[in-house]
Parts: sequence; structure tokens; C-alpha cells
Amino acid sequence: MSEHIVLDEAAIARTLTRLSHEIVEKTKGTDFCLLGIRRRGELIARRVQGLVQKFYGVCVPCDGIDIGIYRDDLVSGFFVPDAKLNAPAFSVEGKTVVLCDDVLHTGRSVRAAIEAIFDLGRPARIMLLVLCDRGGREMPVSPDFVGKNIPTSRQEFIDVRLREIEGEDGLGITAAPEKR
Amino acid sequence: MLGKDLLGLYDASVEDIQLILDTAVGMKKLLTQNLKKLPHLQGRTVTTLFYENSTRTRCSFELAAKYLGAGTVNISASSSSVQKGETLIDTGYTLDAMKNDVIVIRHPMGGAPHLLARHVKASVVNGGDGMNEHPTQALLDFYTMREKFGSFKGLKVAILGDIKHSRVAKSNLFGLTKLGAEVVMYSPATLMPQGVERMGAKVARSREEALAGANVVMGLRIQLERMHGGLFPSLAEYAKYYGVGEEQLKLADKDCIVMHPGPVNRGVELTSDVIDADNSEITEQVLNGVAVRMALLFLLVKNRQGGEKNE
Repeated sequence: MSEHIVLDEAAIARTLTRLSHEIVEKTKGTDFCLLGIRRRGELIARRVQGLVQKFYGVCVPCDGIDIGIYRDDLVSGFFVPDAKLNAPAFSVEGKTVVLCDDVLHTGRSVRAAIEAIFDLGRPARIMLLVLCDRGGREMPVSPDFVGKNIPTSRQEFIDVRLREIEGEDGLGITAAPEKR
Repeated sequence: MLGKDLLGLYDASVEDIQLILDTAVGMKKLLTQNLKKLPHLQGRTVTTLFYENSTRTRCSFELAAKYLGAGTVNISASSSSVQKGETLIDTGYTLDAMKNDVIVIRHPMGGAPHLLARHVKASVVNGGDGMNEHPTQALLDFYTMREKFGSFKGLKVAILGDIKHSRVAKSNLFGLTKLGAEVVMYSPATLMPQGVERMGAKVARSREEALAGANVVMGLRIQLERMHGGLFPSLAEYAKYYGVGEEQLKLADKDCIVMHPGPVNRGVELTSDVIDADNSEITEQVLNGVAVRMALLFLLVKNRQGGEKNE
């Protein structure tokens, strides 16, 4: 089982820098807030927050959002989610919310996150930023800011490593082990 | 696996008890964060059918059901057709016809939930039947003990108070002996039911013997409403010779916890100092009760869901 590296540390840094500029460009300013889907999405959002601060001198509100209790498979799978209460220090009411995640695949997490955001208030607009779009959508969801498009098959696995968790940055594709 | 109903711990397996306790861990995690919005029982109805007074059990079941998204209906016998002479079984048929999913019943007669369970399609949960059992209270007691001590092996649980009239004492006894704990009971001879030794309890001959080295000290309420006079001279005398105060608690293990199923008669079975002390788990028990009942409703409905798909 070999991994093919798509983005290394420098490429991830470049990608996030570009995405930070894109958000400011597209929202015409820095009047937006960032919400990252826990746990990796939150780390991406924090990095974007840092980059926007670095380039534009504005510290935009940023927090993580837990989608545990909003998942669509809770009832069909009947399991108890391990979730945290969403209580960001800022209001999303009337704001442009940039939702951040590491990998966009079926779109189900995004649907759950939208529901979670609406429990916090009624934003003016929700935009979607992802480090990587691997295709395979099962929901009518499309991202506004994409780091890298990587069309994959269901048998492949996207491995995102972030230095906050794994100690290094990197993004690779692994083919799933063959079924015996 | 857990069946259609939960009627008592006498028939429950250790696996069922552990499953409920394990599920409750996740529920408590959510509850402590004030996360009270789960979807699992959406579109389901939980009815509480109470033929006896209750604050915490009813409220606890109702909130547990609501936190899981269920609709709840409360029926008190004092303000229902029971007053017009409807039998329990007929009430059961009526509730079933209205498509209830779970019926929580409290009844002054032991065995009433078992009778109801045989006649309804809904899951029946025993919320206390006479002097027989109160399984969910015992389960929340187990949860509290497990949270504090990690396991039941070698745990000494001293139960003091009105054991004869207490369904909590019996459910605790049935469950704790299965789980491997030692249960020691102490009360005036008139309030000690016959044959508890045969069910696995150790009957202490003195308050000191009961408390010596105990890890858990559980007080039980003196149930005057079930007594018809003459079982002991006076509450003051009871408190003096059978109650637990700070002085008596020194005999127990230094890391012991104090529990009480409530409602408490302050200064009778436990003194106020003991009730409000740092090692008192009495309010924690109430929170654990909601978590345990959420877990139980969750598991019962999960079982039903599997059954309904097969129908």
C-alpha cells in the first residue's frame, strides 16, 4: 500500500495563502467569520484566520463547529454521538460565514454543518472552503473555495496530515487495501 | 440483549446492565455540556403512567425522553379514568391504541408493570412497583458507583433505612450481587424483610458493623405512607439509633460516598451535614438518573426499531 503525495508542506502553505486572498476578494473585504468543522476543519480555519491577519491586518472571528449531533446517520445507525456544544464567542446573525473543512466528499458533513450553523443564528450567507475536493457528492453541495481538486474513486483514501495533530503537513492519496 | 421491557433487575443479565451503563456514559457526556437535542426518539411517544406521587422519577423520564426528541404524555391516576374505575389492563389497551411506544409505569402494587407488559405492544418500563422493584433508580445508583470506583468487584455497599418498604433496596440488591459487590443491610428488625440473606444480602447486627469499611453508604427514606403504625417508636428514636451522621460515617472507608435515592427526610435517615458533605453524591445521582434513563429509552427504542422493520 503506497501513498502518493499530492501536496507537501510548502504546497499546503501556498494553497491556504491563495484561499485566504480569494475569500477577501470574493467577499470584498474582511467582514466575514470562519467556522471550521471539528477537528481538522477547525485547524484549517485557524490557519486561514492567521493568514488573513498577516496580509490584511484584520483578525476575523473564527471557531470550530461540532456536527456530531447533526449527522444524518444517527437514527439509522442508532449510536450515541460524541459531540461538543457549539458556543462560538461571536454571533453568525446576518454575517457571511465561511465554513471550512479539510476534505469535501459526499457533502453530508457540510449539510450537517449548515444545520448546526442555523442553530446558532441566521447568517446572511454561508460559503464553503475546502483544502481538497475529492468528488463523489451525495448532496447538492458545491464549494466556493477549493485548495485542490483531486478526483478519486471510492476505494481511494485521502490522507490529510496537519502539524497540530500529526506533527507535519501533507496530503496524499492511498489506495485502499485490496479486499481479501 | 435487552428485551421489549425493563420490569426489574431480578431477571436482568449483567450484560444488559453493563450495556445500559455504557450507553449512559455517552449520554452524560452530552448532558454535562447542556447538549439536549438528540434525534433518536423523534416521532416516538413516551407516556408516564403514575399511580403514585413522584417528582424526580417522572421528571427524569420526561426530560430524558424530550432530550432524545420524543413526545411525552403524563397521566396521573388521581386525575384520569382510573378514578372512574378503569382497570390497568384497559388503560393499557387504550394507551396502546393511541400508538404509544414506551409506557413508564409506577404503581403501588408489586407486579403491576409485569401485568401491563403482557397486554401491551408498547415497551413497559417499571418506574417503581409497590415494595418490589425500582430498576432505573438502581441503575443510576450503579452508574454513580461505577463512575466513582470503576468497578463493582469487592465494593462494600451499606444500605440503611426502611428496607422492607423500599423497592430501591431490592433492585440494588438484585443488581449489585450480580455485579459482584457486597451488600450489607441494616434497619430495625421490623423494617427488615424476611429472606434477604437468601437473595445475597448480609444483614448487619449493628449500625457499626454495617458501616465498617463501607465504600458506599446508602440511606433510604422511612416510608411512613406505607406503614400502618407501630414499626418503631418514633422518628427521633429512629434517627438516634439507626440514622447516619458524621460520627457514624467515620467508621466507613475514608473515600466512601454517600447516596440516597430521595426524597430525603433530613435528620432522620441521614443528618443534614452528611447530606451536604463533599462526598455526598445525592445531586449527582439525579443527573446520572437522566443519563441512565436516556440510555434505557434509547436502547428500548433501538430494539423496537429492529423489530418493526421485520414486521
